[in-house]
Amino acid sequence: MRHIISVLVQDHPRVLNRITGLFARRGFNLESLAVGTTHVPGLSRISLVVSGDDRTLEQVEKQLNRLIEVLKVTDHAEPHVERELCLVKVHVAGVEERLAVKDIQEAFRARVVDVAQRSLILELTGDSGKIDSFLEALRPYGILEVMRTGAVAMSRGERTLKVREKREAV
Amino acid sequence: MKGAEALLRALEREGVEVVFGHPGGAIMPVYDALYDSRIRHILVRHEQGGVHAATAYARASGRVGVVMATSGPGALNLVTGLADALMDSTPLVAITGNVPRALIGTDAFQEADVTGVTMPITKHNYLVQDVNDLPRVVREAFHIAATGRPGPVLIDIPKDVQLAEFTGSFEVVPDLPGYKPTTKGHPKQIERALDALEKAERPVLMVGGGAQHAHGELLAFAERTGLPVITTLMGLGAFPGNHPLWLGMPGMHGTVAANRALHHADVILAVGLRFDDRVTGKVARFAPHAHTIIHVDIDPAEIGKLVRTHVPIVGDSRLVLREMLKGAKPLRLAAWWRELEEWRTRHPLRWRPKPHLQSQEVIRAFHEATGGRAIVTTGVGQHQMFAAQFFPVTRPRSFLTSGGLGTMGVGLPFAIGAKVARPEELVIDFDGDGSFQMTLQELATLVKYRLDVKVVILNNGYLGMVRQWQDLFHARRYSEVYLADSNPDFAKLAEAYGVQGVKVERKEDLMRGVEAVLAASGPVVAEFKVYQEEGVFPMIPAGGAAEDMIIEHPAEREEVGA
Repeated sequence: MRHIISVLVQDHPRVLNRITGLFARRGFNLESLAVGTTHVPGLSRISLVVSGDDRTLEQVEKQLNRLIEVLKVTDHAEPHVERELCLVKVHVAGVEERLAVKDIQEAFRARVVDVAQRSLILELTGDSGKIDSFLEALRPYGILEVMRTGAVAMSRGERTLKVREKREAV
Repeated sequence: MKGAEALLRALEREGVEVVFGHPGGAIMPVYDALYDSRIRHILVRHEQGGVHAATAYARASGRVGVVMATSGPGALNLVTGLADALMDSTPLVAITGNVPRALIGTDAFQEADVTGVTMPITKHNYLVQDVNDLPRVVREAFHIAATGRPGPVLIDIPKDVQLAEFTGSFEVVPDLPGYKPTTKGHPKQIERALDALEKAERPVLMVGGGAQHAHGELLAFAERTGLPVITTLMGLGAFPGNHPLWLGMPGMHGTVAANRALHHADVILAVGLRFDDRVTGKVARFAPHAHTIIHVDIDPAEIGKLVRTHVPIVGDSRLVLREMLKGAKPLRLAAWWRELEEWRTRHPLRWRPKPHLQSQEVIRAFHEATGGRAIVTTGVGQHQMFAAQFFPVTRPRSFLTSGGLGTMGVGLPFAIGAKVARPEELVIDFDGDGSFQMTLQELATLVKYRLDVKVVILNNGYLGMVRQWQDLFHARRYSEVYLADSNPDFAKLAEAYGVQGVKVERKEDLMRGVEAVLAASGPVVAEFKVYQEEGVFPMIPAGGAAEDMIIEHPAEREEVGA
């Protein structure tokens, strides 16, 4: 089963290495990984898309938690918002294609971010399924290049992945 | 003050008294500072010897072991020892030099990506970029190594950082917001555990290396409840090996009583162990009658990793047992004990005597001659299992062996580390001719520091454990396991190093040999030429279950169904 997991980490050098290394070493199946900073200096947030049975997922969470630089791990089973950004460069041979692509763009509420004589770059955000269908719709026109970020997620409502910063002398 | 001095100051503040290591170009500033430090340095002949010695130092003393090495080749020689320490949850800090920061990533002389290489075989590691971070990093490293599930931590320090002027403070605030090990077991789960034990008819207390420091609580708990106790290879000594409640070691080469107890148990209380496949055999067939498995471990990731757990207790084994002791009652286990007693008396550990000298009798002779009062270290192989079977230790931290990684060659450096940690103890390394030759250069370390270690080589002229598997599972095709045609004369080799050598070849000379070893005033290497075709039994074949146990060689076979 597909899971999306958010991980809050200290943004030290190589922390990504530790996480991907963990997945490789333990044979966990990592489908995508997206990383960015948070509003707290020194903390980054990683979204992982992982597939596996319940037992594997339990191990994924536990093993992630063992990493010293990992502060929190959440498997988004609860209602959550999930988004992925996709840039796609599509071939447009003539006016007819341009109009057809524009229809698809509007239907998916994508944006045109670059226009050239024989190609367009479209930008779309949405969950992975929406992006899949978008790309499927564009396929007949000739996709030249696709860049997807991998999914990111956030719980709905009050739940947060926030941590209180507390330092104690050891 | 230079970074190198700040490092040593920080180590002194951690109470470090001994460091094992080997110098080299990229760690020379640290060695220069060491010259003026009160920290004692033990110079080994190979970094692998150093890291194993530091591991044994840690395990024998309960303190953090420290090893130092230079960059590149020096640091990479630590790899096996770090992996070994990680597998057996040993608190260790490794300090390595690296090339100057400006050269990192340029394929400079003796450069290797040591933090990258050691990432999967350390609990955590650091590449220190700022000299003023040194005290914090050292504080964090020792804290991480020693708390929670202990493990090795590596600190890699570029040479220019060692030479940089230190202007920071030693009053440090660790920055470890993601590291908060749970030490106290959940009271509800503890209650559930006690409840399950009370209702059990055939309960077993199973103990691993994570309970070495909980030996007092363990003994009290077992005696209060009357539970039968089994200890894994790593748990040997955590419970006295001469206690009437002790059934022995479980697993591949465990006792019939211990394996049958697990097979028939309805409730298993597992403390500080990780259900290694050498213990469980085929997991799907492990403990088939156990409706309740209680697992106490400080590492939450171990609970449910391999075996389904019904009562998970995350916490320090000592604190959990202390809590459990408060509610523990004597259990009515008379019927269960009758069964256990029957297995124990019918199938004790034994060997079939041969005209030739045998490993088992050598180990047994040492056990009798010392009254079992020794710290035993071993290499890896048949001799290791024989030592585990026939030299039952009665005190914790007294059986030092490579459990999880199965690292050949640890015997001698382990003995060195143990002797440095506990100089008043008799230290015996039971080694194999194969294992010993992987790190024998550390004889020089014995000599240099006059460490009174007794090395007992059980020389069967083979890589005996591999030979045994080839015998049983590969149609006796003895591929590349014969050593006798090229082994050295071990006694002469020892003498070349200035260590007393003893050689025993015949059965009738056994006692004379044992006495010579124990009477010698300094280090000894004693070679006992033992029966070449010996096998370790009982044996559960890899991937098998307790029911598949073989207690003697098939040629003389007696199988013992569980």
